Amino acid sequence: MEALLNILSELHPDMDFETAQNLIDDQILDSFDIVTLVAEIDSEYDVAIPAEELIPENFNSAQAIWALIEKLMDE
Amino acid sequence: MKKKKTFKLLAALCLCVAVLYLLQMLLMPKYMDESRDGALIAEYYDNTGNNDVIFIGDCEVYENISPITLWEDYGITSYIRGSPQQMIWQSYYLMEETFRYETPKVVVFNVLSMKYHTPASAGSSDQREAYNRMTLDGMRWSSSKWNSILASMTETEKQWQSIFTYLFPILRYHSRWSELKQDDFTYLFQKEQIGHNGYLMQTGIKPVTAPHMEKPLVDYTFGENSYYYLDKMVALCEEYGVELVLMKAPSLYPVWWDQWDAQMESYAQEHGLKYINFLELVDEIGIDWNTDTYDTGLHLNVYGAEKLASYFGKILSEECGIPDRRGEEAISTLWEEKTQAYYDQKQALESAEQQQGE
Amino acid sequence: MQFTSFGFLAFAAALLLIYYLIPKKGQWMLLLGASCLFYLWAGTEYLVFILITVLTTYAATNIIGRRLQQQDAYIAKHKAELSREDRKTYKAKVKRGNRIWLIGCLVVNFSVLALCKGLLIQPFRAMAQDTGLDFLTLGLPLGISFYMFQSMGYVIDVYRGTVRPERNIFRLALFVSYFPQLIQGPISKFSLLAPQLCAPHSFDGKEVSFGLQRMLWGYFKKLVVADRIAVAVAALKGSEFTGFGFLLLSVFYAVQIYADFTGGIDITIGLSQALGIRLPENFIRPYFSKNIAEYWRRWHITLGEWMKDYIFYPISVSQPMLKLSKSARKRFGNFGKRLPVYVASVATWFVTGIWHGLTPNFILWGMLNCFFIVLSEECAPLYTKFHGKFHLKDKAWYGSFEILRMFMLMNLIRVVDLFPDVGEYWHRVGSLFTTWNISLLWDGSMMKLGLTGLDYAILGSALVLIFSVSLVQEKKGSLRALLQTKPDALRWALLFVLFVAVVLMGSYGIGYNASNFIYNQF
Repeated sequence: MEALLNILSELHPDMDFETAQNLIDDQILDSFDIVTLVAEIDSEYDVAIPAEELIPENFNSAQAIWALIEKLMDE
Repeated sequence: MKKKKTFKLLAALCLCVAVLYLLQMLLMPKYMDESRDGALIAEYYDNTGNNDVIFIGDCEVYENISPITLWEDYGITSYIRGSPQQMIWQSYYLMEETFRYETPKVVVFNVLSMKYHTPASAGSSDQREAYNRMTLDGMRWSSSKWNSILASMTETEKQWQSIFTYLFPILRYHSRWSELKQDDFTYLFQKEQIGHNGYLMQTGIKPVTAPHMEKPLVDYTFGENSYYYLDKMVALCEEYGVELVLMKAPSLYPVWWDQWDAQMESYAQEHGLKYINFLELVDEIGIDWNTDTYDTGLHLNVYGAEKLASYFGKILSEECGIPDRRGEEAISTLWEEKTQAYYDQKQALESAEQQQGE
Repeated sequence: MQFTSFGFLAFAAALLLIYYLIPKKGQWMLLLGASCLFYLWAGTEYLVFILITVLTTYAATNIIGRRLQQQDAYIAKHKAELSREDRKTYKAKVKRGNRIWLIGCLVVNFSVLALCKGLLIQPFRAMAQDTGLDFLTLGLPLGISFYMFQSMGYVIDVYRGTVRPERNIFRLALFVSYFPQLIQGPISKFSLLAPQLCAPHSFDGKEVSFGLQRMLWGYFKKLVVADRIAVAVAALKGSEFTGFGFLLLSVFYAVQIYADFTGGIDITIGLSQALGIRLPENFIRPYFSKNIAEYWRRWHITLGEWMKDYIFYPISVSQPMLKLSKSARKRFGNFGKRLPVYVASVATWFVTGIWHGLTPNFILWGMLNCFFIVLSEECAPLYTKFHGKFHLKDKAWYGSFEILRMFMLMNLIRVVDLFPDVGEYWHRVGSLFTTWNISLLWDGSMMKLGLTGLDYAILGSALVLIFSVSLVQEKKGSLRALLQTKPDALRWALLFVLFVAVVLMGSYGIGYNASNFIYNQF
């Protein structure tokens, strides 16, 4: 989780990702950010996020992203 | 509460429809000053009943025959259901419609329109559409009007699914709002009577100067569609017990070819109809091409129209047995008024003509 | 049948009436019947194309669906004896099989689309005519680009396991052919549209009224603005209009396409709303965008979403791309990290370009968009620095400047649509810098474009109205909801005036030409 927050704040240094709940709906993360994020997560956690998981619900908050990573690690 | 709301809604709806209807009346051409021919068809409904003779056809009837002269000379009551470049299918449906209002003794059909067997054969599509309007918009709603519209639509009109624009003419004339004139407001509710029982008066004189020439045709046979509607006319008249008379007005052009004449001749014979080609009777009628036409022989002026009516009336009363109704008081009074209006206009037009000449 | 034909209005009115009179169970069948009728109207020969899509989509989704079901059943049954690794290999095997069905379906459909689009251009057109396939060259089957993409999105969703396949082929046929969407989209997602299409809908006065209001607004944009200015756009394409004339063309075209496209979408969404069906928005006042990324989030949204979900993401997060990203990062640092995004962007915009047409100008159009998106992305740090220094963003006028800058840039990119000859486009762009002929605004040239002074006045007023409405929507949200709070009489009067304006000032029908009515048979 810690590493994920680091990756996120590298993308947008001025955001508080621990509390933000509408990252997609408020257009804080755009599609370029998402792709960068996927690449970072892949190298950090060795988890490949497939395209079908790239939906707003999975990326609206750091917690949601973390839940997604855990789910994929579990499979 | 709910009732009140429904009532309000209905009232608002009625108001909207009323406004749209008014707008439609305002936007439709009035044909009072320009293109006066367009007003003729609608005038019939104020003059129905008691017409013993009905003339049906294009400008060759409404410019060439004066019903007032027929009345004055023979006591014949007649009405002309003419409109510009009336197509034969339109003539048929006008005949059908007329029989809803009255059953005359004789219907006279002018056969020039036999030459057009489809809307496309009668000139440019835009022009054709405009003439369709002048015949159709004036008709009251009936199955005859509906069928006439379907038969008349040009290719461009079909594209626009024009049936809707005949149902709601505002859709046709919607862009006229920018060119409305005084007339459109003056005649919004009440129009003037333009014709004299369907006759459109012209007093100008423009003599025939040179013979009119037209290129010979490749094929002189009338189209199948033309015969189809002519057959329908014959059948309809038979059904109502009305005598159908075919005429060709003495207009010098468009040329009435001998081959066409022969076809009509044989058709009339075959169906036991009277067919009169007045072009062959010009001298007997007494038409003088120096004084009796207002456009070098295309149409007669009022002097020619009176002469033709005078000649035709004799045939109608002697050969077709049309009664003299000058003895019937109610009819007499009515026709005297018509006669008065006729001479008033004739005089007005003549003096205007004179002023222009001076 | 075009939205602006009287026939369509009569058709829609009859449909609405019957829709709320029949038992609710039959509503979706009525919609399917109406869609078939609508399609037949466009030409019976095109029916075969949409049938291919319905049948292949039905087959592929149901086969994939059944295989996924069997897979789940198998795993559930053998839960105890399968290790995690076993499960993974088994799933991968099933997925490989599914992929064959998916790719087969995509190949068949996109070949049909490519064939239809390709036959519109030479030399393929001539070849088809020579070989007796004339009927294929008549024109594009109605709505093929839209229903094809919508259906293929659905097939991919089934493959991904995000939606369950529809087992009733007629319901699927309705999803593919739902007629209000056929002409201009939007491209809907199965999960959002299909359940609504088949659900029972009771009459809701407010929804129907809102839907009809939206349709009226769409007709206003289409008939009063788009169809009127179309003449001038066609005239301005003429080769004599360089320099400022070209700029004018780009602005006029912006007006035309906006009014036409959003107007058409308003009619589609409005009619659907009246039927109780909510479609996704396709435009959110795009000309108010301040940058190109925002513009593409607000213009033709459903196409953008489709491209993002099915082209951009799959490419950019694919295994080869992730590998590329890793190795590029080692060599080029931060820029390398973004390489996959750029590769995916180019691919996405290339596809978006050819989706619009298989001619070079559309590919150029896609690439220009891509170039400016990447450029603005790369320059973002620079911008941040710049604004950190000058604080222009706080100034009131700066927002308007950004909007205007975006508007003009997009206009110049968009106008390439009109120039199949790309060389001609660059020539005109070049003339912007060499030809200074702003005088054509007042030297009488404007009157030679087929529009009268009155037309310009109507256009001007209509645009002021559209702009004001957009401004209200931008600041206060739905205008219809706002009007709903006002007295009935006022709302009715406003709508009636709008209706009369469309009837009187709409550019439709044959037009009145008094000289035609003058009878002179010479």
